[in-house]
Amino acid sequence: MIVYLFILLAVLAIGSALAMVINKNVVNSALFLVINMVSLAGIYLLLNAQFLAVIQILVYAGAIMVLFLFVIMLLNVEDEEKLFDKFRVKYFLAFILGAAVVGQIFYSIAGVTNMLPEISSNMAEIGTIEAAGDVLYTKYLLPFEMTAILLTAAVVGALMVAQYKIKKG
Amino acid sequence: MLEIDWFLGISAIMFSIGIIGVLIRRNAVVIFMCVELMLNAVNLTLVSFSSYHGNIDGQIFVFFALAVAAAEAVVGLAIIIAIFRNNLTVDVTEINLLRW
Repeated sequence: MIVYLFILLAVLAIGSALAMVINKNVVNSALFLVINMVSLAGIYLLLNAQFLAVIQILVYAGAIMVLFLFVIMLLNVEDEEKLFDKFRVKYFLAFILGAAVVGQIFYSIAGVTNMLPEISSNMAEIGTIEAAGDVLYTKYLLPFEMTAILLTAAVVGALMVAQYKIKKG
Repeated sequence: MLEIDWFLGISAIMFSIGIIGVLIRRNAVVIFMCVELMLNAVNLTLVSFSSYHGNIDGQIFVFFALAVAAAEAVVGLAIIIAIFRNNLTVDVTEINLLRW
């Protein structure tokens, strides 16, 4: 049962990632990326990481992708007409490079047999929001507070950068 | 049952799709989305190792990676908007402000 669910989610994730890269329309690409994020959240649930599954949907599929869609709306971009209309050396090289990366990772995975056969049995307790919050507010309190500074700096910097206008002439 | 290899395999495939997307697309927004896809692939690797080892530290790392990704998306999109306001394009082949 879990295996079928995993195969469904995996096909959904990889298919939507491919569709995102291939699609000419930018808005469709963004919506395919949302599908990818949601299926990744499902995979996190299969891995007993409930907290991260919820955070993935809230932050990625909710906040970041809405930001992307707003920017696409502001930019008024047109479709890429010339994507894949003729063979280019660039596409071939990109495909070779991607295949090389995935081949290298698969080679190193296949070199180790039977490394971690099952999800750890105590994951049902430590994957919950309660356990994650417990660790986050004790052991990782300082990095957590630094995150607040980072986000504030990012927002202020984004406002400054977006308002900046180069004087023409 | 599911071994960890399956999760690592998905992660590897998604990462290379992201690489190919960054290399072949010319729209800056789509390139940025491909970078997000690669970030997600690495997050999946961290979560799967965390679950299979029974150690929550990897998930906390993914949490911080999410926070950094949110900050990065905000700043990157602001830069794209600034470029668009000055050049009226987001095609990376036509942006040559820093090219010599």
